[in-house]
Amino acid sequence: MGWPAITRRLCAGAVVCLALSWGEATLAQPPERVVSINLCTDQLAMMLAAPGQLVSISRISHDPNMSVMLEEAKRYPTNLGQAEEVFRLEPDLVLAVSFSSPYTVGLLRRLGVEVAQLPLANSLDEIPQNIREIGRLLGREVQAEELAAQFKSDLARLRGAQPETRRAALHYANNYTSGVNSMAHEILTAAGFENVAAEAGLSGGGVLAMERLVMLMPDLIISGQPYPGTSRSEEVLHHPAMKALRENHASGALSDAEWVCGTPAVLRAIARLIALHDGS
Amino acid sequence: MRRALLAVLAVLVLALFSVSLLIGPAGLAPAEALLALIRGDALAETLVMREIRLPRALLAVLVGAALGLAGAAMQGYLRNPLAEPGLIGVSGSAALGAVIALQTGFAAAHMLALPFAALAGAVLAVLIILALAGPRGGSITLILAGIAVSALAGALTALVLNLSPNPFAAAEIVFWMMGSLQDRSMTHVWIAAPFIALGGAVLLLQGRKFDALTLGEDAAASMGVHLGRLRLALVLGVASMVGAATAVAGAIGFVGLVVPHILRPFVGARPSALLPASALGGAALVLMADIAVRVILPTRDLKLGVLTAIVGAPLFFHLIYKTRMQGQL
Repeated sequence: MGWPAITRRLCAGAVVCLALSWGEATLAQPPERVVSINLCTDQLAMMLAAPGQLVSISRISHDPNMSVMLEEAKRYPTNLGQAEEVFRLEPDLVLAVSFSSPYTVGLLRRLGVEVAQLPLANSLDEIPQNIREIGRLLGREVQAEELAAQFKSDLARLRGAQPETRRAALHYANNYTSGVNSMAHEILTAAGFENVAAEAGLSGGGVLAMERLVMLMPDLIISGQPYPGTSRSEEVLHHPAMKALRENHASGALSDAEWVCGTPAVLRAIARLIALHDGS
Repeated sequence: MRRALLAVLAVLVLALFSVSLLIGPAGLAPAEALLALIRGDALAETLVMREIRLPRALLAVLVGAALGLAGAAMQGYLRNPLAEPGLIGVSGSAALGAVIALQTGFAAAHMLALPFAALAGAVLAVLIILALAGPRGGSITLILAGIAVSALAGALTALVLNLSPNPFAAAEIVFWMMGSLQDRSMTHVWIAAPFIALGGAVLLLQGRKFDALTLGEDAAASMGVHLGRLRLALVLGVASMVGAATAVAGAIGFVGLVVPHILRPFVGARPSALLPASALGGAALVLMADIAVRVILPTRDLKLGVLTAIVGAPLFFHLIYKTRMQGQL
């Protein structure tokens, strides 16, 4: 199954959620003005919120390089995630993540604003939990349950289509990579690739020296997407050694916004990776 | 004495160059590494040796030679042991030029834009320093002018990097201010080598004139030294070397201070002998620093300038103290 099919399904799910929203009776008082200050909570909130419930999302969701729901996101005003501007939006719930600035979160809480911090999803199995958590916070449990179930069945279908195992390397700016216990590793594994960073003993995110990466001879090199402007950090992505490796041994691919957040968008990343098996 | 010193330094550079080639996280055995470098039949090992370690070792030699020689030349011209490209802001200004070329996109459009922009930054700094410090290079004005130029160049570099749309750029301020050879490539070698070779040749040819200058400007002029031309050669030579070195490796301080200071007693304070010795000594020092950063913190990209400053700053204290004792400060 290609990723357009999954997209359609996800969008259909979202539409159903929105359509259902008017008739829903809510248990506890659901929040009426929700502000999200993180890219990943933006996505889940946009998928689940009732019309008018989500009043602002983070500015980064309007960045075409980072946002997987750009068109949807364009309908919402943005914030820079600073306590002052968020407070002025008079939210009754702020959605943040566990690594959001503790100063911002602390200040908002001192000002009496309710802030929910979503834990970082490091595995595919945590995604349904996060969907349900956002659903609970927004008072949209039914929609969340539906989205979570959809995600689980889509994921199971993709995993079932798993072809032979090849070895892949994730290569980001500054030779950063992801080992076991990371979402990127889970995406690779679900698509039937072995992660060479795991072979090198890396857990979570970390630096794998280019020398070691070259010695591991991956069959596929997934590079970080290029950002506008230039930086020395990103020069490693087209270092002659990496270029030569791509020309003589490995195939190349780009990682993008779909890899970033623990949301149903990762299914599209997995589907594109699976398509690479067929293409080579 | 002079030949022996140069021979010893050359052997030291060669030895350190070999060690630099054999050190790295890939964990290649020395024989295997050399075989891969020379024969090039195993893909992974050959890439590691030829594309990652070789350019790094070559750049350490080039950058070190550039900084050592430029330091010795500036000290010869100003007759002041405190004149050092890093301390007086020449490296910082070269970094500013390089950063502007990179962030405006010129460097991506033209291969030579990066070294030329760094060179332009360095030329500007040398001219400001020479104008402020005057031909005699009094220590106080030299150091004060250097502080001002360094501070301004550093601030503007930080500003340009903070204005970049690239999320990584701002974090690279530390690279431009401290320098590193991590993950450089042969492309960088080809960018820097011609400028460093040219600047080096220009400066080495001025050796006898610097010798004459030790007797004073009038004596030098009476011996046929054209001071204006010497000054031009100094500006272009230093800017070319420091500019190219900084464009690819960032600003690495204190090399031009430490190396001439250590070698001066061996050459009897003759600039013509000190210049080539300082080039070799600089290469050895940067090779040592670059080996040390990989041994101390193999995975962290510790900056070269951190080590050179730890070695160089105490020496700088000593030089200031000595200069004050001699009543020149």
